[in-house]
Amino acid sequence: MDNCMGQNKAQENRTQQGVTSTSCVGVQGARGGLSIALGATLKRDLLLMLRHRGEVLNPLVFFALVITLFPIGISPDPALLTRIAPGLLWVAALLAALLSLDSLFRGDFDDGSLEQLLLAPQPLAALSLAKVAVHWLLTGLPLALMAPLLGIMLSLPAGSYAILALSLALGSASLSLIGAIGAALTVGLARGGVLLSLLVLPLYIPVLIFGAGAVQAAIMGDGAGAHLAILGALLAASLALAPWGIAAALRISING
Amino acid sequence: MWAFIHKLGSPKWFYTISAKLQPWFWAAAAALIVTGTVWGLAFAPADYQQGNSFRIIYIHVPAAFLAQSAFVSMAAAGLVFMVWKIKVADMAATVIAPFGAAMTFVALFSGAVWGVPTWGTWWMWDARLTSMLILLFLYLGVIALRGAFSSRDSGARAASVLAMVGVINIPVIKYSVDWWYTLHQPATFSVTSSPAMPMSMWLPLLIMVLGFYSFFTALTLMRTRSEILRRESRKRWVRELVRETR
Repeated sequence: MDNCMGQNKAQENRTQQGVTSTSCVGVQGARGGLSIALGATLKRDLLLMLRHRGEVLNPLVFFALVITLFPIGISPDPALLTRIAPGLLWVAALLAALLSLDSLFRGDFDDGSLEQLLLAPQPLAALSLAKVAVHWLLTGLPLALMAPLLGIMLSLPAGSYAILALSLALGSASLSLIGAIGAALTVGLARGGVLLSLLVLPLYIPVLIFGAGAVQAAIMGDGAGAHLAILGALLAASLALAPWGIAAALRISING
Repeated sequence: MWAFIHKLGSPKWFYTISAKLQPWFWAAAAALIVTGTVWGLAFAPADYQQGNSFRIIYIHVPAAFLAQSAFVSMAAAGLVFMVWKIKVADMAATVIAPFGAAMTFVALFSGAVWGVPTWGTWWMWDARLTSMLILLFLYLGVIALRGAFSSRDSGARAASVLAMVGVINIPVIKYSVDWWYTLHQPATFSVTSSPAMPMSMWLPLLIMVLGFYSFFTALTLMRTRSEILRRESRKRWVRELVRETR
């Protein structure tokens, strides 16, 4: 019903209060346009993010800065740093990803394009998945690529760099998906940022355990296959379930 | 059967039915908790390893049970509210959340007090302690999210979604924390080190658990009733009720 109305409005604009009777047929046709809509959302979000380069760079700078603080605060001793490096890198990357979550739907909420996303005939779950994909592409993936560099500075053994990047790439995708539920729930609130971290951080714990565990296992020489497999399983589960949660949460935030 | 459930969904019906149920649950809670406390604290034999300090179990275990059950029932109420738009379910979820958080805190606190004589420390990063701590944060998140919305209906739906997301995640968190603990730290102590409990210790514990559940049910009924009155204060039946009792 909502879909038909959305379509109605669009058609009315086009035909200047003209015939609107075929609107629902148009919706049926538009369902086939899911891939087009997905592509358009991806392209739009990528373009928006690339025009706000600061927002893409901020989490990376934050990541590097936090990692710099730890040797200063704890000890520059390489042996100690090697021991705590997997956890440090993972926690810092997790916080950096969290930092960027608040802006995931904020801009679209403020300028009203989120409402257009809700009115679109395509399922909201799929469109929000596209938005999350862009978020991961410009936050999680760069963090994963940057982590080995910071790993060197924490004297992480050479064999574990690939595992570190891989575990972060896999894990941050789950983090983006789970975090997007929290971002969608808090987007309508004036100061949702602190609340967002309260909602999302407890849910991040499994990913943190297996992500840091993968790097730890790689350092010990145990083979990180099992950990990476579980990270993949977590990603598969959140990929299947999170979009519905995000869509439901966005509907609440827009209507409330 | 279905007609009864449908009627239960109406605040007015729930209010009258729960008025009849409530005294029974209060009576059961009082009887069971008093019996369990006296039996557990005075008559149950002391543990051969831990001495009398093990008696904290009669508070700790029931509280931990309820901490988890309350979250599940809160999420179930949230699901009922989201699917069938039954307002009473949301009122129940509203009042369950602080109770569950309180029980989680009681379980954590009694565990910490128990830890001093047995482990020699207030806190250990034990798998169960850690997952209870995370559960407390989940409760606080649900309560904070509900409070953050200015519209009650949006807050209710947001809290329901979060409760459902949380309940899906609780087993995942539980298993990953268990797994994390076994990997990182060899089990130095275990709360359940004493093997299968003798009947004389176990029966009062069972009575305490049942008593806590009755208490939970009675308290939820009572607080849901006051929540009904608060939210429906402008309805005619509430006004008439107030006029009658005045």
